[in-house]
Amino acid sequence: MNLLVLMRMVPDVVEELEIAPDGKSLDREALRLIASESDDHALEEALLLKERYGGKVTVVVPDAPEVGDLLYTAAAKGADRVIRLRGIKTGLGVAALARSCAAALQATPGLLPVNLILTGTQAIEDLDGLVAPLVAHHLGLPYIGVVTAVTEIADGKASVVKEFQAGYRGEFQIALPAVLGVQSAEKPPRYVPVAKVRAAMKSVKIEECEVPQPTPAALEGIEVLAMSKPEVAGRAAMLEGSPEEVAGKLCDLLAERGLL
Amino acid sequence: MAASIWVVVEQWQGQITDISFEALALGREVADTSKATLEAVLPGHQCAALAEQLGCADSVLCADHPALAEPVPETHAAALAELARQRQPRAILIPVTNTAMGVSTLLGALLDAPAVNFAIDLKATDGTLEARCVLYGGKVETRVRFSKQPAIIGLWPGARPADQGRSDRKPAVEQVQVSLPSEARVRLKRYIEPEAGEVDLTREDILVAVGRGIQSKDNMELAEELARALGGELCGSRPVVDQGWLPLSRQIGKSGLTVKPKLYLALGISGAPEHVEGMKNSGLIVAVNTDPQAPIFNVAHYGVVADALELVPALTEAVRARKG
Ligand SMILES: Cc1cc2nc3c(=O)[nH]c(=O)nc-3n(C[C@H](O)[C@H](O)[C@H](O)COP(=O)(O)OP(=O)(O)OC[C@H]3O[C@@H](n4cnc5c(N)ncnc54)[C@H](O)[C@@H]3O)c2cc1C
Ligand SMILES: Nc1ncnc2c1ncn2[C@@H]1O[C@H](COP(=O)(O)O)[C@@H](O)[C@H]1O
Repeated sequence: MNLLVLMRMVPDVVEELEIAPDGKSLDREALRLIASESDDHALEEALLLKERYGGKVTVVVPDAPEVGDLLYTAAAKGADRVIRLRGIKTGLGVAALARSCAAALQATPGLLPVNLILTGTQAIEDLDGLVAPLVAHHLGLPYIGVVTAVTEIADGKASVVKEFQAGYRGEFQIALPAVLGVQSAEKPPRYVPVAKVRAAMKSVKIEECEVPQPTPAALEGIEVLAMSKPEVAGRAAMLEGSPEEVAGKLCDLLAERGLL
Repeated sequence: MAASIWVVVEQWQGQITDISFEALALGREVADTSKATLEAVLPGHQCAALAEQLGCADSVLCADHPALAEPVPETHAAALAELARQRQPRAILIPVTNTAMGVSTLLGALLDAPAVNFAIDLKATDGTLEARCVLYGGKVETRVRFSKQPAIIGLWPGARPADQGRSDRKPAVEQVQVSLPSEARVRLKRYIEPEAGEVDLTREDILVAVGRGIQSKDNMELAEELARALGGELCGSRPVVDQGWLPLSRQIGKSGLTVKPKLYLALGISGAPEHVEGMKNSGLIVAVNTDPQAPIFNVAHYGVVADALELVPALTEAVRARKG
């Protein structure tokens, strides 16, 4: 089984996000980048599939600050090959990013064909599209997203579970090779001790691939006019004080509403 | 021919979804201000009867094909692309749901047209369309303008009230043919029913909801005690369920349940749009979060910037004391 995982670094939204002076982008200097959460689940699902069916997991990531951490961690978790794509701009511009990734996969000897390409179902900065369906489109492969399990791989087909709503899910059959947008892996992403990541830094070689065409910086057919903190009609009234004081105030509020 | 604005109507279990009516309401506004017609596009199989509910639109295009009975994004995108090539709409609004995940993106790729996700509003000014989109887990809003047609807009829930998109008027209905490949590459095998929960959370008055901020499985006990003291039930956000700290039957949000309790106490939940979708209509929302910028404070009625691990035990004690 040849499994390719496409991952990406995105801003950590637990941190404060600053708007850049142009008012149209994030101040990327001030950002802490982390692996996109559902990409982490895509990697985990690929590792679980490798354990079940054997084969090889290749992780491909567009260049970004801190990308080495992501790749060494992936290797420490069990990825067989880790590849950094040079010449790709991340950030807004998913359509261009996905096109560059697809082109790089095609241009790099030994990467394709694969049985499955797994990537996160959606990332927090996917303004102009989603990576999984776009890569599928450019490579001419079928796609399904919001995947939470791969139940069977046999006869050139995979059975996958996708989430709908209100707890409803559906089992789909998809012809291989295919692209899956993974929502969550069948198990929480595995924990890997720092010592193992350090060991990977010494023993693992990050391969580098150039993308054939540099990614255009601009969005296509879309102009960003402004970025801002959300405008809201009514923000929460904030309660202050020690935990005991706040607890008392909350109890008053609940009592007033007959909830205590 | 007048320009048209399309709204793609989604069905779930034979019903038109609320978000489709929300999209129609918004589409109506945009069509009226830009002197365009509003067309509802209903992909499916033998579902023409549903078209009668779409009177908010000037007309309905029923795209009928057996393959469209299955919620397969690439099949739906292919059908929509074929129709859009023939009829050249100015904009296509598509609800952002798990079911439709990927449809707007694939449609954009097939038509070589700009497609945005996560729009919460759309307006037409001086002949151009402008959308407001929510990014970064609800922390940033982005205003964008389209410079190419058709503009494809993936719409979040809540853009307009669903009732505003309902109408008793009977729309003009047109049946249209679409040609799809005889062998689909993706097929639905079966629907899987929700896991039965021990309780029906949608009927509870008080819900204590935990998010990733609870930090560990051991800390779940703190929230559980609070829920017990309040006489409520425990629920949570996706990461908590993904970690296995709560069953899927207790997940609130886009993939989980939509709830409307009298009290929703959100502990260590950031307020990502996918979560907020499932709880925003609760009677009283109280949020506890260490991050003063957390988007949950934009939907909560009351907020506390605090460590939930410190506040929760104090609150449990205070509640017990009051209840005697
Ligand atoms: C297709 C799709 C469907 C989805 N469906 C759902 C869904 O149904 N339900 C759902 O919930 N999510 C869903 N999500 C995920 C959603 O996008 C968010 O990732 C998720 O809601 C975040 O959960 P969270 O708020 O618990 O975690 P985070 O976003 O990580 O937030 C944790 C919060 O805890 C705060 N915190 C940390 N420590 C403390 C402390 N000690 N005390 C107080 N606060 C603290 C932090 O400041 C932060 O705000 C879906 C995503 C996708 C792509
Ligand atoms: N990088 C990681 N990936 C997956 N799980 C992790 C990771 N870091 C921590 N954990 C889990 O979170 C728990 C608390 O981690 P820590 O905060 O590092 O003590 C650990 O027991 C792990 O199971």
